[in-house]
Amino acid sequence: MQILILLLQIAMLLAIVLLHVAYLTYFERKIIGHMQVRMGPMRVGWHGLLQPIADGIKSFFKEDIIPQQADKPLFLAAPIICLVTMLAALAVLPFAEGWVLADINIGLLFIFAMSSLASYGIILAGWASNSKYTFLGGMRSMAQVISYEIPMGLSLVGVMMLSGSLNLSEIVAAQGTSIFSIYLFPQIIGFFVFFIAMLAETNRVPFDLPEAETELVSGYITEYSGMRYALFFMAEYIGMMVIASIGTICFLGGWNGPFAIPFFPPFWFILKVYGFLFVFIWIRATLPRYRYDQLMALGWKLLIPLALLNIFLTGLLKVLVR
Amino acid sequence: MTKTTILDVQVADGADDKYRLKMGPQHPATHGVLRVDLELDGETIDKCDPQVGYLHRGFEKLAEHRTYAQNIVLTDRLDYISAMANNVGYCVAVEKLLAIEVPPRAQFIRVMVCEMARISSHLLWLATHALDIGAMTVFLYCFREREVLLELFAELCGSRLTNTYTRLGGVRQDVTHSIMLKLQRFVDEFPGHIAEYETLIDTNRIWLKRTIGIGQISADKAVDLCLTGPSLRGSGVAYDIRQHIPYAAYNQMDFEVPVGETGDTYARYRCRMEEFRQSNTILRQCIERMPPGPILGKDAPDLIMPAKPGRKLEFDAVAGNALIKLIDNRDLYMAGDVYVATEVPKGELGFYFISDGMGRPYRMHIRSPSFLHIGALATIGQGVMIADLIAIIGTLDVVLGECDR
Repeated sequence: MQILILLLQIAMLLAIVLLHVAYLTYFERKIIGHMQVRMGPMRVGWHGLLQPIADGIKSFFKEDIIPQQADKPLFLAAPIICLVTMLAALAVLPFAEGWVLADINIGLLFIFAMSSLASYGIILAGWASNSKYTFLGGMRSMAQVISYEIPMGLSLVGVMMLSGSLNLSEIVAAQGTSIFSIYLFPQIIGFFVFFIAMLAETNRVPFDLPEAETELVSGYITEYSGMRYALFFMAEYIGMMVIASIGTICFLGGWNGPFAIPFFPPFWFILKVYGFLFVFIWIRATLPRYRYDQLMALGWKLLIPLALLNIFLTGLLKVLVR
Repeated sequence: MTKTTILDVQVADGADDKYRLKMGPQHPATHGVLRVDLELDGETIDKCDPQVGYLHRGFEKLAEHRTYAQNIVLTDRLDYISAMANNVGYCVAVEKLLAIEVPPRAQFIRVMVCEMARISSHLLWLATHALDIGAMTVFLYCFREREVLLELFAELCGSRLTNTYTRLGGVRQDVTHSIMLKLQRFVDEFPGHIAEYETLIDTNRIWLKRTIGIGQISADKAVDLCLTGPSLRGSGVAYDIRQHIPYAAYNQMDFEVPVGETGDTYARYRCRMEEFRQSNTILRQCIERMPPGPILGKDAPDLIMPAKPGRKLEFDAVAGNALIKLIDNRDLYMAGDVYVATEVPKGELGFYFISDGMGRPYRMHIRSPSFLHIGALATIGQGVMIADLIAIIGTLDVVLGECDR
């Protein structure tokens, strides 16, 4: 019986998240559209509201092309690896008090592990397609993920030190309910590093080098079509949501808000996550793209020292306060 | 089933560890059908070898079988982003060859459409250049303004891109009051739009990092590589045909030629941004000082039927022909050769004609800036990274229609 309930919960979470992913694409297209003096999707449904569904149906029925020279098993597995790892990361996210599938004590580490594994999907996609552009895209992704996983992990060490836990629910609880006790203020350097690393980790502008359209055609997804392409797309958007959730949990006080919302406790959580996502999209509409070596320099020469400094300062703070 | 090989994919082995990448002709950032053969060391380009010819349509040969007037249509398809400027360039050259007078109003209209074409071409350049570097919003902002100009072209001559607006000895249609009003509004609003683009990218740290010091060309080298137009002026050489050998009504216009200093991608970018402003002032002067009068010279020929192939045009033999009325006792087709260059948005567009006295050019050669700029790419693109190469292709502002002709 317990297992049945758990399965039902998983199914519900999946359905809700995938619906959010579908409408996140709509959200992005609309916002970027209006920022770029155009309308965005308008034709399918009222103000294009059914566009994500039309897109989903379209990608289901499109021909699934597998290049003849591709390494078939890896080529088929790559998008699934991407999507499954990203979905798995959802399991440990607390959306509200008690609204979590797996309340494990290493929640933060688990999410890092999963988002690192997702880059295997990208690298394999790049390699297995046996095309030069995808290969370069995969290479870039590998270097980028390794370089940015470190500052991102280090930036959250300060949060771990303050809360004394890796359990995401406990991190939220440790921040209290007041808006002034969230970790954004004591961890402002950590938040800065986290924010930049998060853009790089999710392959978003200005760090979208692995799929740099004007340089590498589409990077690692060049050879993919139809639903397999859509799987990568979904993985990217779930990744965005997961990372935005981490930011919300670790720096913005999770589900706590100025006042409690009856019947729907995750309200503030979702609002904050969408705040993050809006900034993601806003940045995409504004900034140009970094060059590969500049990206590396930024990661290793600026973000990692800053994150280390942040750890030192946090330690100092803890000692002084005690 | 035997396994067939579709793609000949070369991968690095121990013997030859260069990674060869054929970028294009279907690559989204090579502006048309340019193919660049790269030899890569990681992401650094060891050797850059541009390949052209995917859009070759044989205009120079085609032109030998058509009358001078018919060839105007071909010039639209050269640099299809600034067809007006090509039309004017061609007509100026043919008029010099055939000694046709152009009335002042037509001269002014030509300057006006040339500068409109320059702005529209530079807008497309800025749009794609910014998109290549990843700034997507500038792309759409530029298209918003370009749309206004294209609509004006459509109102002027019925076509947005392939205008065929000029004709030998003048222009095809007169500008109407409504066009002038719309253009006036555009001229008033446009400086504000330039400022808008500049706020987005001009001081953006990422943009500066991607453009300053990238694809640097010294003044001497730029001259050696036959660069012209803003690509040359970015390196600090103040060479602009509009000022040095003025054609149409440019000698009556008051404008400056913006010159860069460093010769890198950023300098060329700044140069073109300043040209926006200069073109805008030229447009303003055109609107204010547009003289009245005819738009077609007295002795201007139109689509005259040429002499039969292989037969010399003898005026007595074809008496009664419309041609004779037009030329009015003047020797319209003179033998000889002429080279006339004009400043199109991309650089120096030159037409070289050899005439043997027939109604068609014996030989027409087009000196197109894009062809020479792509040639320069081999030198400039050496030792940079892939992302820089894309920026350099963008900043040299090449159009393959003009390169391959």
